[in-house]
Amino acid sequence: MLDLKNISKTFNPGTVNAKTAISNLSLHLDPGDFVTIIGSNGAGKSTMFNAIAGAFYVDEGSVILDGKNITFLPEYKRSHFIGRLFQDPLKGTAPTMTIEENMALAYLRNTEGASPFTRISKKDKAFFREQLSLLNMGLEDRMKQPVGLLSGGQRQALTLLMSTMVPPKLLLLDEHTAALDPGTAEKVLNLTKDITTRHHITCLMITHNMKQALDLGNRTLLMSDGSIVLDIKGEERSTLSVEDLLTRFKAGTGKDLDNDRILLSD
Amino acid sequence: MPYITQTALELGFLYALVAMALFLSYRILDIADLTTDGCFVLGSAVSVTMAASGHPVLAIPAAMLAGMAAGFVTAFLQTKLGVPSILAGIVTNMGLYTINLMVMGWSANVSLLKTETIFTMFENAGIGGSWHEALLAGLITILMGVLLLLFLGTRLGLSVRATGDNLDMVRASSINPAFTITVGLCLSNAMTALSGAMVGQYQNAADINGGTGIVVIGLACLIIGETVLGRRTLVKGAIAAVIGSVIYRLIYAIILYTKIMPVQGLRLITAIVVALAIAFPTIKNWLLFQKRKAAARKGGN
Repeated sequence: MLDLKNISKTFNPGTVNAKTAISNLSLHLDPGDFVTIIGSNGAGKSTMFNAIAGAFYVDEGSVILDGKNITFLPEYKRSHFIGRLFQDPLKGTAPTMTIEENMALAYLRNTEGASPFTRISKKDKAFFREQLSLLNMGLEDRMKQPVGLLSGGQRQALTLLMSTMVPPKLLLLDEHTAALDPGTAEKVLNLTKDITTRHHITCLMITHNMKQALDLGNRTLLMSDGSIVLDIKGEERSTLSVEDLLTRFKAGTGKDLDNDRILLSD
Repeated sequence: MPYITQTALELGFLYALVAMALFLSYRILDIADLTTDGCFVLGSAVSVTMAASGHPVLAIPAAMLAGMAAGFVTAFLQTKLGVPSILAGIVTNMGLYTINLMVMGWSANVSLLKTETIFTMFENAGIGGSWHEALLAGLITILMGVLLLLFLGTRLGLSVRATGDNLDMVRASSINPAFTITVGLCLSNAMTALSGAMVGQYQNAADINGGTGIVVIGLACLIIGETVLGRRTLVKGAIAAVIGSVIYRLIYAIILYTKIMPVQGLRLITAIVVALAIAFPTIKNWLLFQKRKAAARKGGN
């Protein structure tokens, strides 16, 4: 599904501020994989996401998605088949536009080739309404309201819906529940599970919650200094505890997992 | 008084499209497009020059195309070459000065003498009587406003609006922001040039300095209109541009007619109004903060 082949990225090369954010990183994902990622601050987790999403081009290596080489494809073109959620719930929606208009924008990915001068149809609206009702937040009755009036949790749920309404090949979740209160976070997380299972979406999720990292999905990656230091899946993963994970991290990197927001349990 | 009202309506409608262009570029796209001044003159230069050679009607779409080209240059500078948006507008504006002189045959002004214009044609068709100028300008402005609102509801229009609202989201929605910014600036500058084209034929003249400060006046009109109407919806925003423009020209006409102050003084007042209106949230917060500080001091001692 996704293949990262020896990708590297150095920011500000040739200056005193040069920082190698990821070096020689390779990763292979199978279709339907749900992979959780944990790691210290500055381990390169978000940089890896940016490399996949195309926020910048990698210095070396290649990015291959579903057999297609997308290494030099610009970000807006990759977003046809890569969905992305950020920690900041305000990033994924346009505040002054209505819920309906936001959804229409997300739906553009499905209407490629349609005339740019067509308007939102009744059929589209009915579809948006049906999709919104799946969130169980009553948003289907507020479709004409600007998104800026919604709470952070509602906006993140809407963003999740928008990025999966046209199922992407790959979904990147960058601590997308971290800024929400615990109750809302759980709700958005459950929605994430439902939606990815329903559409069989391949998914990468960064989290700082160790327990969540082991409970969710079928594979866990630990990153440090721009590389993947641990890759745990299958039988081995199902029996692993948070303590085991920490011990193995220390054994693998020679240092403690250092993240100012890390949660060892709930 | 009827004379003042008539002049205000004529000029209000003629210049309203500048305010509407700024509604698109400044309010919706969130770009302060300083191409406006030069683009306005470009519109009137193209329009008057073509009217002089006997094509007053064709002059209008030609002026809009010229304006679009100017908008495209500004958009290209900022989206493809990384020039900061304000500077991109200033650079284009500077270049337009020479282009505008070129359009007018290297003279600083061109006049129409007994040449047919869209206004004389309208008058000769017997529509509107002495109000024909206000009527024609009003019709064109309202038509453009309706077209703009229809456009903003289309898929492309939604993409343009989202670009000014949340750039991160736009990239994640498979929309190319470079494209939507270009579309937005081409459209807004076409409207500015259309305004210039109408004003040129209305005044039977184009002047190389005719656009100086028009961007600030356009903003003032928009702000006046928004103060009257509120700026909650797109429809209100577009109407605000027109209403604000008419109110501004009414004030202008009253000052001109009553001579309560030199009419040149209006520029300073306009600048102050715009600066205050844009600074309003900051000033309000500062005042609230001072009040809180004063209250805390009183409570503390």
